[in-house]
Amino acid sequence: MAIIAIDKEKIARIKPPVIKTGVIGWLKENLFNGVINSLLTIIIFLFMVKFVPPFIKWAFVDSVWFSTSQVCKECEGACWSAITKNFRFMIFGIYPYELHWRPFVSMLSLFTLLYFTYYRKYWSKTLLYAWLAGLVAMAVLMKGGIFGLTPVPTEMWGGLPLTLLLSIFGLTAAYPLGVILALGRDSKLPGIRYMCVTYIELIRGVPLISLLFMASIIFPLFLPEGVTINKILRAQAAIIFFTAAYIAEVVRGGLQGMNKGQYEAADALGLNYYQTMRLIILPQALKIVIPPTVSVLVSAFKDTSLVVIISLYDLLFAAKTVIQKPQWNGFSTEVYIFVAILYFLGCFSMSNFSRKLEEELDTDKRS
Amino acid sequence: MPFWLDSDKRAIFYQIFTFLMVGLLAYYLVNNTLINLEKQNIASGFEFLEKEAAFEIGETPIQYSAADSYGRALIVGALNTLKVSFVGIILCLIIGIIVGVARLSTNWLVSRIALIYIEVMQNIPVLLQLFFWYALFYESFPGPRQALNPIDGLFICNRGVAMGIPASHPAHKFIIIALVLGLVISFIIKKWAKKRQDETGTDFPVFWTSVGITLGLPLVVWLIAGAPSEMDIPALKGFNFKGGLMMSPEFIALLLGLVIYTSAFVAEAVRAGIQAVSRGQTEAAMSIGLKKSHILNLVVLPQALRIIIPPLTSQMLNLTKNSSLAIAIGFPDFVSVANTTINQTGQSIEGVALIMLCYLTFSLSTSVFMNWYNKKSKLVER
Repeated sequence: MAIIAIDKEKIARIKPPVIKTGVIGWLKENLFNGVINSLLTIIIFLFMVKFVPPFIKWAFVDSVWFSTSQVCKECEGACWSAITKNFRFMIFGIYPYELHWRPFVSMLSLFTLLYFTYYRKYWSKTLLYAWLAGLVAMAVLMKGGIFGLTPVPTEMWGGLPLTLLLSIFGLTAAYPLGVILALGRDSKLPGIRYMCVTYIELIRGVPLISLLFMASIIFPLFLPEGVTINKILRAQAAIIFFTAAYIAEVVRGGLQGMNKGQYEAADALGLNYYQTMRLIILPQALKIVIPPTVSVLVSAFKDTSLVVIISLYDLLFAAKTVIQKPQWNGFSTEVYIFVAILYFLGCFSMSNFSRKLEEELDTDKRS
Repeated sequence: MPFWLDSDKRAIFYQIFTFLMVGLLAYYLVNNTLINLEKQNIASGFEFLEKEAAFEIGETPIQYSAADSYGRALIVGALNTLKVSFVGIILCLIIGIIVGVARLSTNWLVSRIALIYIEVMQNIPVLLQLFFWYALFYESFPGPRQALNPIDGLFICNRGVAMGIPASHPAHKFIIIALVLGLVISFIIKKWAKKRQDETGTDFPVFWTSVGITLGLPLVVWLIAGAPSEMDIPALKGFNFKGGLMMSPEFIALLLGLVIYTSAFVAEAVRAGIQAVSRGQTEAAMSIGLKKSHILNLVVLPQALRIIIPPLTSQMLNLTKNSSLAIAIGFPDFVSVANTTINQTGQSIEGVALIMLCYLTFSLSTSVFMNWYNKKSKLVER
């Protein structure tokens, strides 16, 4: 009987075929699996070779970053100077130049609050109070008039702070309104139900622009003589009423996803309607709908850009103003790319947050 | 029992109370408005629709001049809105489905590019995208005299895109009739083939027959008519192109912005729908020996469509509603025309009411259609 000596160490040292691992294996698996995919890969690769290097050349190699507009006009590449030279104007709009620190501090505190909200371990009553205090402090800082701060009329507010203000206040106010509307739509009382349905469907059927028009031209007619409400507040009201209808639909989804047993259990305990909703139904329903609520927030954030149409000085309007200056005329691509990056960062981090929450809140692992 | 302990009576009381509060608020607002209107000497009502509009509109699908009435101007605006929404929805469905399927491709490069497209386009406000395309058009393309001419009969300049179209010929009417006839016949064949398959199990190549008939019939008519191939090529006259099909930069920018933005959302819906059909369904279909095309047509798509269609409906409505942003780049859609009307006549309440009514009509009719389709595709369910 021949003894076959097996060199176990040697076997362990033998590597799998090159074709299955490493770069080549990966390429074969992901880019060249099959004829059609190989063709697609080659076509896309050719396209990228044709378009990416010129773009990089335009954006980075030939570009100028800190020059006058004259240099820009002579240069081949991108003129990022249009942004760096007008940076403060684009961010803060027509807010008085020497007072820019105030919106800056406001935004800083907003970002701090957002940072803490991002991590669920910080979620507590303290954070909620911090938010309330923070919002009030931001409004005071922007407006001035007390504590020796020079008052700044709201007509001068603009840029990124205005965009953030409209979206944050918009959502904070729209959320409770939306919950009430959703409860109304789910109510057993036909009168209240129909009223809520009409409101929600009416608002969801019309574009935000029509509401903004209403806010800017019709709303003043609604008020008795002598009473005026400034334009930002009116636009804010339009955004709130608009967003509330969408939040109501999202919350209704959560209410419908509720198990009937939860209602029955609450009834069996002898809780009345308000107790049932406040203690049993809403805490669960609102938790389910946090991810879609964040997507409503994302669209509300994007939709604030529409106030350009009623000439409010938000981020987009400030960017447009820069382009209309004669010396920076013709560099709109650069300016719009910059604004797009800002919006993208905002929206993308919000949707990331929603994805993270979705995973963390998935506590109902039983089903 | 006192009435506040009786839940039925309490319910009635709550409703009456709510109605009363809403009614009071409405009365207060209406009253204020009436007083304000009287002070500003604005007569309410829709009589202004009959008056002469006295403004020109850049793009008119129907005959219109400044001497026509406001009513006709508004109809022109509504038609423009319909035009851009219709073309937009079709393009956006095509691109959205392609990108959504590409997102699920096994090709790493393709799925990554689709992912980047979806993420970037979803997260940039549509208004900004409109501005971007509009500015790009104006700044990057040469004037009409140096218009780019990438292929014969297509001119791109900063005044828009001019395209050669077949010169009008009496045969065109019949070609269109043939096309419609072809579609109807294909539909009947599909029904018949399904019935035959249900009864006998024999398969019929519905797709290729339909393609053949739908394209073949018009082709035959075209040949019978003597193959009229004369083209209406745009030509430079004065400062702009004449003839052919001319699309303004506003229209193209609006279309591009709306289509690119919305198609990213459509792609997401398509991806989610296809992914929701469990892998087991495809495997089961394979194990009973269905062909690849049958797996897709008979097993995966019917289930995926049921999930895809509701979000798709809302995206189409979104596109229609977002087309109102046309006002920002100067395309004469309904909102833009209504805004001009409001500025000229001061009839702001009526104007905004018309805008809302117009979009509500679009929204409601789209959702009626989609609900019908939804119901139809739900019947597939056992």
